[in-house]
Amino acid sequence: MSTNLIESWLDPAMAVVDEICAAGEPWAKLVTQGQVFRIVDLEGNQAVDTLFFNAAHSVERYSATDTIRRQSMLYLTTGSRLYSNYGNIMLTIIADTCGQHDTLGGACAAESNTVRYALQKFPMHSCRDNFLHALAHEPICENLGMSKRDLPSNINFFMNVPVSEDGGLDFVDGVSAPGKYVEMRAEMDVVVLISNCPQLNNPCNDYNPTPIRLLVWDDPNDIADD
Amino acid sequence: MNHPDTFLWEENIPGGCHWSGIVRRGTTLRLMDVTGGANAAVLFFNQEEKLERYNMADTLKSQHTFRLTKGHACHSDMGRIFCCITEDTAGWHDTVCGMSDAELIHRKYGIGRYQELRNKMFRSGLDGMLIELGKWGLGMRDVVSNINFFSKVTADSSGKLTFHPGSSRADDYVNLSFEMDALMVLSAAPHPLDPAQTYQPGAVRLTAFATPLSVIEECARISENVRGLQNTRHLYGCHGGAA
Repeated sequence: MSTNLIESWLDPAMAVVDEICAAGEPWAKLVTQGQVFRIVDLEGNQAVDTLFFNAAHSVERYSATDTIRRQSMLYLTTGSRLYSNYGNIMLTIIADTCGQHDTLGGACAAESNTVRYALQKFPMHSCRDNFLHALAHEPICENLGMSKRDLPSNINFFMNVPVSEDGGLDFVDGVSAPGKYVEMRAEMDVVVLISNCPQLNNPCNDYNPTPIRLLVWDDPNDIADD
Repeated sequence: MNHPDTFLWEENIPGGCHWSGIVRRGTTLRLMDVTGGANAAVLFFNQEEKLERYNMADTLKSQHTFRLTKGHACHSDMGRIFCCITEDTAGWHDTVCGMSDAELIHRKYGIGRYQELRNKMFRSGLDGMLIELGKWGLGMRDVVSNINFFSKVTADSSGKLTFHPGSSRADDYVNLSFEMDALMVLSAAPHPLDPAQTYQPGAVRLTAFATPLSVIEECARISENVRGLQNTRHLYGCHGGAA
């Protein structure tokens, strides 16, 4: 995967959005067509559960299956296109210093935690709780009338879920590190919905959820033209 | 093939066509690949609360598997189990590649309209799924990552996918033993990665029979499934909980 390690030339000082999302918190933002969006894994080994919605019509959303089958590829890195359930390209990954991001692992939830770990794990904070909290509180989500019905399979940036040729699948750590980032260009106006994963039961966050940094730049081509 | 002596009903779905229906807990549904090379795109919903639906990620990560086969369970997004795979002669079922859509069918196989072909027209997996979902008040928002029964897709170490034609042969079948009252929606159009040059989707036969006691523990070898089954029993506890 090392051939896909591409650094960005964009300067954080020029970003129009530069925010920290604390460990275990949700985050939502509008990113418009042409803007560039970066997620930075500040302390390393932090899974960032991410969904994208058409900002004008949330029935159109990131589709794991379209993204996988249209590129015949399970993992995401530089050059990967993120497709919607209508077959449109929502975003294109243009820089990636991590090298591999997951499309299969989905989001943790109170209910799935009871299945995966123990029935007593139900009260633990989870990504789906974050998503539902954001849907209930973020005006950008509220305005689109979204509910649990609108939560499909998500991307887990920085998460390592290797699949073996004989059909095995595992959750392991070890791909990301402090300061690694992934950067993508929006090909349409999208709402980004993130849960900075609070999972404490497996190595996806190295058992220690940490903050992430989120940056947005206006269309670099427009800046170059100025 | 002899029917199990607890036979309930049978339904034939021609290649490319679609079906939906309620399957009760305690029922086993056999999906058979009639001619070989069929693909059955399937989604499950809780019949009582259709917001609860099949979840690809929970199914895969709970069982540390990328392929589905005998001994695996199909998990809901609410920590429950729709059904256990209690028999499987095909050996590998995909759940990450989604469905063909009209644009893909057109590009790959050309134009196959009703005007010329009547009921041999080229149907897409997604359109069949949407038609069936529409019968239950559901639609595009309810289309999530589905199972593609009878289709084998492997991944190499870089994540590159390979579709294996002919993985499922004539009369191969998979038995789904239901633990929940489920709405099952099925679309039998070609798998999106099937390299076949011509549109020739295989037919799927559904046979329902009462689940024999002997298979109930089939997916309970995985401890995650034992907890999923416990959660499922809680849902039906007030009915006397047959399981």
